[in-house]
Amino acid sequence: MPLLLPEALADHAPMLAVLVPLLAAPLAMLFGNRAFAYGISFAASVASFIFSMFLLARVMDGSVLSYHLGGWAPPLGIEYRVDAANALVLLIVSAISAVVLPFARTSIETEIAERHHTLFYACYMLCFTGLMGVAITGDAFNVFVFLEVSSLSTYVLVALGAEKDRRALSAAYDYLILGTIGATFFVIGLGLIYMTTGTLNMADLAQRLTGLESNRTLRSGFAFIVVGMGLKMAIYPLHRWLPSAYTYAPSAVSAFLAATATKVAIYVVLRFMFSVYSAKFGFERDTLQLIIFPFAIIAMFAASIVACYQINLKRMLAYSSIAQIGYMLLGVSMLNVTGLSATLVHLFNHAVTKGALFLAVGAIVYRTGSALLPHMAGLGRKMPWTSAAIVIGGLSLIGIPSTAGFVSKWVLIAGAFERDAWPVAVLIVASSLIAVVYVWRVLEVLYLQPAPANSTATEAPLGLLIPTWILALASIWFGLDADLTVSVSRTAAEALLNGGFGGDAAIIMGVEGRK
Amino acid sequence: MMDHHLILRVVTKLLVAPILLFGLYVQFHGDFGPGGGFQAGVIFAVAFILYGLVFSLKRLCKTVPDWLVHRLIAVGLLLYAGTGVVSMFLGGAFLDYNVLSKDPVAGQHWGILIIELGVGITVFAVMLAIYYAFAGRPPALDDADW
Amino acid sequence: MEQMTTLTFVLGHMNYWLFVVLMMTGLYIVVARGNLLKKVVGLNLFQAAVFMLYISMGKVAGGTAPIFTNNPAETYSNPLPHVLILTAIVVGIATTALGLALIVRINETYDTIEEDEILALDHATAQKEIDAVAKLGSDGGDVK
Repeated sequence: MPLLLPEALADHAPMLAVLVPLLAAPLAMLFGNRAFAYGISFAASVASFIFSMFLLARVMDGSVLSYHLGGWAPPLGIEYRVDAANALVLLIVSAISAVVLPFARTSIETEIAERHHTLFYACYMLCFTGLMGVAITGDAFNVFVFLEVSSLSTYVLVALGAEKDRRALSAAYDYLILGTIGATFFVIGLGLIYMTTGTLNMADLAQRLTGLESNRTLRSGFAFIVVGMGLKMAIYPLHRWLPSAYTYAPSAVSAFLAATATKVAIYVVLRFMFSVYSAKFGFERDTLQLIIFPFAIIAMFAASIVACYQINLKRMLAYSSIAQIGYMLLGVSMLNVTGLSATLVHLFNHAVTKGALFLAVGAIVYRTGSALLPHMAGLGRKMPWTSAAIVIGGLSLIGIPSTAGFVSKWVLIAGAFERDAWPVAVLIVASSLIAVVYVWRVLEVLYLQPAPANSTATEAPLGLLIPTWILALASIWFGLDADLTVSVSRTAAEALLNGGFGGDAAIIMGVEGRK
Repeated sequence: MMDHHLILRVVTKLLVAPILLFGLYVQFHGDFGPGGGFQAGVIFAVAFILYGLVFSLKRLCKTVPDWLVHRLIAVGLLLYAGTGVVSMFLGGAFLDYNVLSKDPVAGQHWGILIIELGVGITVFAVMLAIYYAFAGRPPALDDADW
Repeated sequence: MEQMTTLTFVLGHMNYWLFVVLMMTGLYIVVARGNLLKKVVGLNLFQAAVFMLYISMGKVAGGTAPIFTNNPAETYSNPLPHVLILTAIVVGIATTALGLALIVRINETYDTIEEDEILALDHATAQKEIDAVAKLGSDGGDVK
């Protein structure tokens, strides 16, 4: 997939992927014009998407790119470092952002007061910048800074849902408290690592950490980082904030967050587990197998079962997200290339699937004003296209063959068999059957129940349908043609398991011509 | 709005100018000594907030309207990021100040000065925006009801 | 002698003990207090503890403030943790401001800032939704 960019842009691609949305945020705010704010945000998302595609194409051969900020060479300076793993995450985040923004333009009309629209776009762009920054940076403290940029704007975006339902405020507050505790834990962990090694550059850290396995400070640093990021990614017992935040946020925000925010947190944990620390460390293997693995299994079942009992469709999808995070962590805890690539494939496939589902629900909320299941009775005939998108998303969530969800579960089960862990494979299938239950509940309401006589719902406008269907079709496309996603994530998984984040082998970009 | 005590009003008027001056000193001397945009922005905002506390929010809003505050937040950030973009156009990496001038050392001085100015403007505007947001809400209790 | 080293260890790491105490105090307040405002106070304590951790580790015995003088033999403390923590402080301020803003909004819409009362109000809203939906079901259709 050779993607050509002018050389001047290509040299700065890692920086531009983050910089363009960062510039779009103040510009959107500066002129106070809604159409302009939307235009520049959308343009920035698309530009970011192009740069991410370019980066992914460049690193597919296993090379590692490095961009030195301010021309200061690492480990002293901050560097952006791209390998296949974070190029994939960059691509997910920017693609979802570019698809969700046109949806947001229509959907926020009914959800957010007009005078807040430019601020909404500015916040959205900041959140996007933060997520991209977390994914691309090669400096451990920089991760924290970008993480908080994205988190703080996320709290605001969630709270914007208060114009429809006041519970958005308490949801945003809970998220703020737990998110901040998570981020602070992460900083404590970084502090402990820095105390031992005196460096914050990830590649440099990887080198200095070799042979320090028995160091207790490093071990506690690892624990702090895993728990801190665990809060951000809603790993099973730390998921309290997630359902309410996703339920009461504006539809477009729910879709964007569900598809990207937790994924980026998972990426950070992967990066720290495999690039900074190494899978060779005994305490890391123990953490994965004795703590993460059981919680992943519990998440798959408990969250799916809870999802079956929800009457709010958005809340049901939120609980299903927690279960899906369980699948991703299960892949990590297998500690082999296939398991890890299952995690990365699912990262991508779940982003597409959940994005499509949340957008479709958003379209229903736009028309009927309610995300409660019983209010959706008979919508299958009133809103055929939106409902069909929910069907596709639901099937992909279960993992029916020829949908994206099937591919991830297939790779995941292959990973389990590679470790001769057939009971795990059985558990994966069993938990998918629970997904059948809650997806069926939605389909039953949509198609088999009669619409109330006074229902005036009509098909959603094209501004909502097109983004929804882009993601819905993507979840079929990547189910039929799995070569691309599987090969990308296999390269990424190998890059991660090699450890060291490329070390000294990185190709330096953007500083040509420096004396 | 209630009228504060005469002494408070006189002292405030006397203090505002020195605080602003000190803010500017911290801002532009941050290159050589302790200081910089973060601190200067807060100090600069403090002068305005003090004025607002004593002379009422209304009069402060006349001096610095809140649409201006919101714009300034964006302007500061753009100044920061813009410097980086300029250094990219001049052939360096993002935020590479060396290329801003013929002499790399002078370039570093220019770079940090402009960057910190951007930081200062944004921090000043954000502090003021926070003050406006909180003080601008109708209070649950009137002062007389305390 | 053995006792001496333990004592020096304890005293020599005074900052870190205080960090632990302060951190746990903050975390306890966040978890145990029902008042939203007190939670934010606890969160601030918790973050301040982390600032202390970083600044403690930047201290070099006998070092001065890290300001450049022309004396190369000058010992100075490690400035990097200070810079890191300056960033973290700014993040902390932003978080506090946002938390307080949310509390103001919560107080305006819920008329309380006690967590249990807010939870009760939220449950009441949820119950109302369920009741309304159940009524919908009894009118027609077969919603369970």
